[in-house]
Amino acid sequence: MNAPTGTGALLRLYLRRDRLVAPVWIVLLGALPLLYAVSFEGLYPTAADRQAFYLGTLSAPAQAALVGPIFGSDLGALVSWRSGLVLALVPLAAILTVVRHTRGEEDAGRTELIGSTAVGRHASLTAAMLAAGGGVAATGALSSMSLWGFGLPLAGSVAYGASVAVVGLVFVGCAAVAAQVASGARAARGYALGVLAVVFAARAIGDAGSGTLSWFSPIGWSSQVRPFADERWWPMLLSLTTATAFCVAAFAAANRRDLGAGLRAERRGRAAAAPSLSGPIALAWRLSRGTVTVWTVGLALFGIAIGSSTGGIGDQLGSSAAIGEALEKFGGSTVEQSFIAAVLSIVGVVVAAFAVSALLRLHSEEEAGLAEIVLATGVSRVRWLAGHLLCAVLGAAWLLLVVGFTVGLTYGSATGDIAGELPSVLVGALGQLPAVWVVTAIGVALFGALPRFATVLWAVLAGFVALGQVGSVVGLPQPWLDLSPFTHVPRLPGATLTLVPIGWLVAVAIVVGVGGFTAFRRRDIRG
Amino acid sequence: MTEAISVDGLVKTFGSVRALDGLDLHVATGEVHGFLGPNGAGKSTTIRVLLGLVRPTSGQVRLLGGDPWADTVALHRRLAYVPGDVTLWPSLTGGEVIDLLGRMRGGLDPVRRAELLERFSLDPGKRTRTYSKGNRQKVALISALASDVELLILDEPTSGLDPLMEQHFGDCVKDAARRGVTVLLSSHILSEVDALCSSVTIVREGRTVDTGTLASMRHLTRTTITAVLDRVPDGLATLPGVSAVSVDRSSVTCTVENDALAATMHVLADAGVQSLASSAPTLEELFLRYYA
Repeated sequence: MNAPTGTGALLRLYLRRDRLVAPVWIVLLGALPLLYAVSFEGLYPTAADRQAFYLGTLSAPAQAALVGPIFGSDLGALVSWRSGLVLALVPLAAILTVVRHTRGEEDAGRTELIGSTAVGRHASLTAAMLAAGGGVAATGALSSMSLWGFGLPLAGSVAYGASVAVVGLVFVGCAAVAAQVASGARAARGYALGVLAVVFAARAIGDAGSGTLSWFSPIGWSSQVRPFADERWWPMLLSLTTATAFCVAAFAAANRRDLGAGLRAERRGRAAAAPSLSGPIALAWRLSRGTVTVWTVGLALFGIAIGSSTGGIGDQLGSSAAIGEALEKFGGSTVEQSFIAAVLSIVGVVVAAFAVSALLRLHSEEEAGLAEIVLATGVSRVRWLAGHLLCAVLGAAWLLLVVGFTVGLTYGSATGDIAGELPSVLVGALGQLPAVWVVTAIGVALFGALPRFATVLWAVLAGFVALGQVGSVVGLPQPWLDLSPFTHVPRLPGATLTLVPIGWLVAVAIVVGVGGFTAFRRRDIRG
Repeated sequence: MTEAISVDGLVKTFGSVRALDGLDLHVATGEVHGFLGPNGAGKSTTIRVLLGLVRPTSGQVRLLGGDPWADTVALHRRLAYVPGDVTLWPSLTGGEVIDLLGRMRGGLDPVRRAELLERFSLDPGKRTRTYSKGNRQKVALISALASDVELLILDEPTSGLDPLMEQHFGDCVKDAARRGVTVLLSSHILSEVDALCSSVTIVREGRTVDTGTLASMRHLTRTTITAVLDRVPDGLATLPGVSAVSVDRSSVTCTVENDALAATMHVLADAGVQSLASSAPTLEELFLRYYA
C-alpha cells in the first residue's frame, strides 16, 4: 500500500482533535512578542532608555543564561531578546502535539483501528508532523505579522518569526524520532523533553559564558539569527538541516518497527511479582520510578553544569554599573547568588511540571480502566489516590534535593566554600517545594471534583508561569502576580528566608488537597 | 444469609441518561448466576454499582450482606472481579499483575496459580503490552480464579478467548462452584450461560425482564417438533397453541406451546407417526422472545 495514503483524512482528524488546544498555544506564543513590544515601548520610550537597558542586560550573564543573548538596543532587538523563552516553549508544544497524535493514539489502540482502514503505514506519522509543523509555522507567522503590524522593520519581523518556526520544526522531527524509538507515549515524551532540556541547558551555559556551547543547541541557532540586529539568516540552515535529518530518521525507524512496539526490543520480565510489589503505593512507585530516574539524571547533569559555570560570572562582570539592576531584580546579594536563585526559580517550575505529569497518571489510569481494576480489590480510594500523590510530591522533593545538592556542591567547590554555599543552595532549591505542592494539590482537587478536566492542570501551571514571566514585564498589579504560588517562594540563596509565605502555601496545599480527596471519595469512578 | 447479591429497584442516571431503571437482581449463595442482556442493557453499570465504583441514584443494594458503597474495602477482600475489556499496566509482566491484584485482594493460592497458568498456557514473564486481548483477559481471570474469595464477578470474561480457552474457562467456573464460590457471570453469549449457569436474570434497557432457573424459563416457551407421518394430518394448523406449521410431503414441522403438546401429539398419532424429533427451546429462542 502507498505509504502516505490517507494522510489528508488523518490530518483533518488531528486538527479537529486539536481545535481547542492548538489555537490557544499558537495565539499565546505568537502574540507574546507583541505584548512585550507594547510594554517595552511604554517602559523605555527613548533611544537612550533602550541603550541603558541594553547595556544593563549585556552585563548580566544571569539574564543571558535564562532568556538568551541580547544583540542590539533597537526596540525590536529588545523584544526579540525578551521573547527568548518562546524558543523553548514552541518546541515544547511541538513535542506534545506530535507524541499525542502518534504514540498517544497508538497506546490508546486507535491507530490499530485506523491502520485497518485504507490508510498508509506512514499516514499517521506524516499527519502528526504536518499538524505540529503547521502549528509551529502559524506561531512564527503570527508573531512576524503582529510585530510588523506594530511598526517594527519587516526584515526583523520575518527573521524573528522564522527563527521561532525553525526551532519548532527541529523538535517536530525530534519528537517524531522519539515516538518511533520509545516503547510508549510516556517514554516518547520523556526522550524528546530530555533532548529539549539538554539543548536549553547548552544554550543557557553557553550564553552565560563564552557562547561556544550555544552553537550546539537548536535554540542557540535561532537566537543567533539576531532579529532586528543585522539579521543573519544562515543559522536557520543548521535548524532546517537538522529537522530534515530527524524526519528522515523518523520515517526510516517507522519502517523498522511494529505497531505498538518501540525500536528498543522488549526484555522479558519477572514471572512473579517481587514481594515488595504488594499494594497501591508500591504500584504507583513502580510505574513512576523510570521517569524519576531519567529526571534525576537529567537534573543532576543540569545542576552540575549550572553550578560549575556560575563561579566565573562575578569575575567576568567586574564592577559594571548595571549590576545593580540585575541584583535588584533577583534579590540576591552577589551576582552569582542571584544567578543561582534565578535558576532555582526556573527549576521550581520544571519540577512542578514533573509533579503534574506524575499526578495526572491518576487521570490516565482512570480513563484506561486501570483505576477500576485496583479499586475492585481491597484497596480504598484514599490509598489509591495517595499512592500517586506520594510519587508526585516526594518525587518533586527528591528532584529539588538533587538540583540543590549538585549545584551547591559544584558551585561550592569552585569557590572553595562548600560548607558555606551548599546549605543555602539546598534551602533555595527546597524552598520551591511549597509552590510545587500547591500546584499538585490543585491537581488533586481537579481530579476529585472535575475528573473530565483534570488535564486543565497543565493550563493552570502554564498560567502561573505566564504570571511570573509576562506579568512582571507587562506591569500587572501585585494582586495578580500574587495568584501564582511561585511568587511566594523564597529567592535563595541571597535573600533572607521568611517562613510566613511558606506556611501559607503549605496551608493552601493541604486545604485544597483534602478537598480533592473528599470529592474523589464521593464521585463515580469513570471507566 | 442465603443471598450473595440482592438488588431491588436499582436506578442509576448519568446526567439525563437513565442507565438503570429499576433493575432487580438476586443471586443465592453458592449458585452460578447468568446475567444476560444485549450490549448497553446495563449489565456493566450494575456490576460497577455492586463494586462500589458508582453510587446508585436510588434502590436497595446488598452484597455479601454489606453495603457496597459504604463497606467497599471489607467486601472487596471477599470477591474478585474480571472486567470485560481488560487493560493492564504495559510495563508490568503478566505474572506481576496476577500477584499484585491477588495480594491487593488479600492473598493468592500459589498452587492454583501455577495450575491455572498451565491450563490457560499463559507466559507470565512477558510484559503486558505484548499481550493480545485474550492474553490480557487470561491474566485477569487467573488472578481472580487463584484468589481465595467467596464471590466471583465476571463481566463478559470470555470475549477475547478462543474456543479451547473458553472450554477451560468453563471448567474453572465449575471448579469454583464446587468449592462453594458464588459466581455472577455477565454475558451476551447464550451458550456459555446455558452451559454454566443454574439460573439467569435477563435485562433490557436497564430493567429486569425475567429471572429464574433455566428449567423454569424453558417451561414458558415453545417446543419445536418435526415428525415424518403416513399422511398429512387434519386440522393441525388450526389447533390452538400451534404455529409455524410447514408440510413437506410427509414431513411436518411446527412449534407448539407447552400446554398444547398433548393435543398436538393426539393429532400426530392419528396421522401415523413414523419418526418424531422434538427440540427443547434454546436460550437463543428465549432471548429472541424478549428482544424481538
